[in-house]
Amino acid sequence: MAEPITPNGESHPSLLRFEEVSVRFAADPPVIDRLSFNVRAGETRIILGAAGSGKTVLLKTAMGLIQPAGGRVFLFDEDVTNKAEAELFNIRSKIGMLFQESALFDSMTVAQNVAYPLLNQKAIVIPRDQMEPAVRKSLSFVELENTMDKYPSELSGGMRRRVAIARAVVTNPPLLLYDSPTAGLDPITAHTIMALIVKERDANNTTALVVTHRYQDGNLVANFRYNPKSGRLDPVGPEGTNTIFMVMKEGRLVFEGNQTDLEACSDSYVTKFVKRPELEAA
Amino acid sequence: MLDTLKGPIQAVQDFCELTGRAIRNVFRKPHYVDDILLQMESIGVGSVPIVLLTGFFSGAVMAMQMGRGLQDYGQTGRTGQFVSIILVRELGPVLTGVMVAGRNSSGIASELGSMKVTEQIDAMRALGTDPIQKLVTPRMIAAALMLPCLTIVDDFVGMIGGWIMANVLFSVPGRQYWSTVWRALVWSDVGQGLTKPFIFSFAVSLIGCYYGLRATGGTQGVGRATTQAVVWASIAIFVLDLFVSKIFIAISQIGT
Repeated sequence: MAEPITPNGESHPSLLRFEEVSVRFAADPPVIDRLSFNVRAGETRIILGAAGSGKTVLLKTAMGLIQPAGGRVFLFDEDVTNKAEAELFNIRSKIGMLFQESALFDSMTVAQNVAYPLLNQKAIVIPRDQMEPAVRKSLSFVELENTMDKYPSELSGGMRRRVAIARAVVTNPPLLLYDSPTAGLDPITAHTIMALIVKERDANNTTALVVTHRYQDGNLVANFRYNPKSGRLDPVGPEGTNTIFMVMKEGRLVFEGNQTDLEACSDSYVTKFVKRPELEAA
Repeated sequence: MLDTLKGPIQAVQDFCELTGRAIRNVFRKPHYVDDILLQMESIGVGSVPIVLLTGFFSGAVMAMQMGRGLQDYGQTGRTGQFVSIILVRELGPVLTGVMVAGRNSSGIASELGSMKVTEQIDAMRALGTDPIQKLVTPRMIAAALMLPCLTIVDDFVGMIGGWIMANVLFSVPGRQYWSTVWRALVWSDVGQGLTKPFIFSFAVSLIGCYYGLRATGGTQGVGRATTQAVVWASIAIFVLDLFVSKIFIAISQIGT
């Protein structure tokens, strides 16, 4: 695939690169099998795949939470393979991650959860008096500034997911990893969450990996852009965004390309994620 | 054969690694003082009621049984001496350890296990915190500080229970009882009685943390981790008790 070129002719820097990465647990078959791809700044990657195809493990390996059994992982062009935990903290501060079950800390309020990365990321130094405005701004981004003193157990599933997005973006990281952001949510809430992901991408020019098993999530990200004037999502078509689709099957990458290529793909596994009845009807 | 041993050996290795990292973190920044105080409140203050109850009744029942035996020799006046030595050297530390293991090892394992299966531990790592520094070390420090204190409470309440029984059942005067209690103890008994809970505290906190942090498989896994933590912490307390007792006996023999 040709490298995207910026208007001044320089190629976009690589933010995340997998080179023949394999991950296995004990003597089981590999969860990720010799996976290679390169995420460049400005891209949004939609990772589709069935349950157990290695999507979540891929994100955790990218974050350095799981160490690969083989291959190399590069973050911001720095080899992070098998680095010690303490050495990874600095580079992790440049990444925001939304976990599948939100992973908010039960014992902390919403405000404390969102402030957590600001207080604990050593690479991020923020004056004490700037802490609350930053938390408030991040919560207002997800339209939940009125929940600051609530505990996660007092929130609905969708609200918890939005607070987790606020926590992921509070440090303005250039790279965001979203693990099944719409899993288990009703269609309306799922749309709200995906709209927030598009808004974050377009308002802050971030690069993102979105793991999902719903094609409509990818379709929204690939075809819509956030309009800061109207505060709504405007349809721009696949050419209006830099979205790449990846399809995972049993730890292997079976497709990588844009939406047009994905919809044209005749592979029986890939088509299961694309040719949904509602799309065909449309 | 080797495959059978692989699991337990791996578990011991992982536990030793966790212990090493938790102890090393005591001397490294950042120190989560708030978490240490919170855990001291939970492990220490929270365990006081069960320690009071078990201490009182264990002391009372011991005085009752000892008094009956000593009655045959007309030595009921020495009940306090036996209650005192057994409580301070053995029963106080072990009972307190087992009770706190039942209450806190299980609590620690279920709390950390729930955090593990809901990805909160991964989130903590992703957000720049070492989970051992933030979760394990404060619990270890809090248990090490509070378990000897709880043992002192347990010993004292047990002596009160023994005094009531000795007085009511065998008419031992209070002055005589407390005098024999006091005179029976030597410094090595006090040293032994405080060293044991200090050592047991590591079993109570670290075994709970170990099983919590390796919990897998949802709520069922958390339940399994909780049970294993209590069982192994209790067993560890009895095993450690044997070794520490042997060491103190050997030291006292060298002294004489």
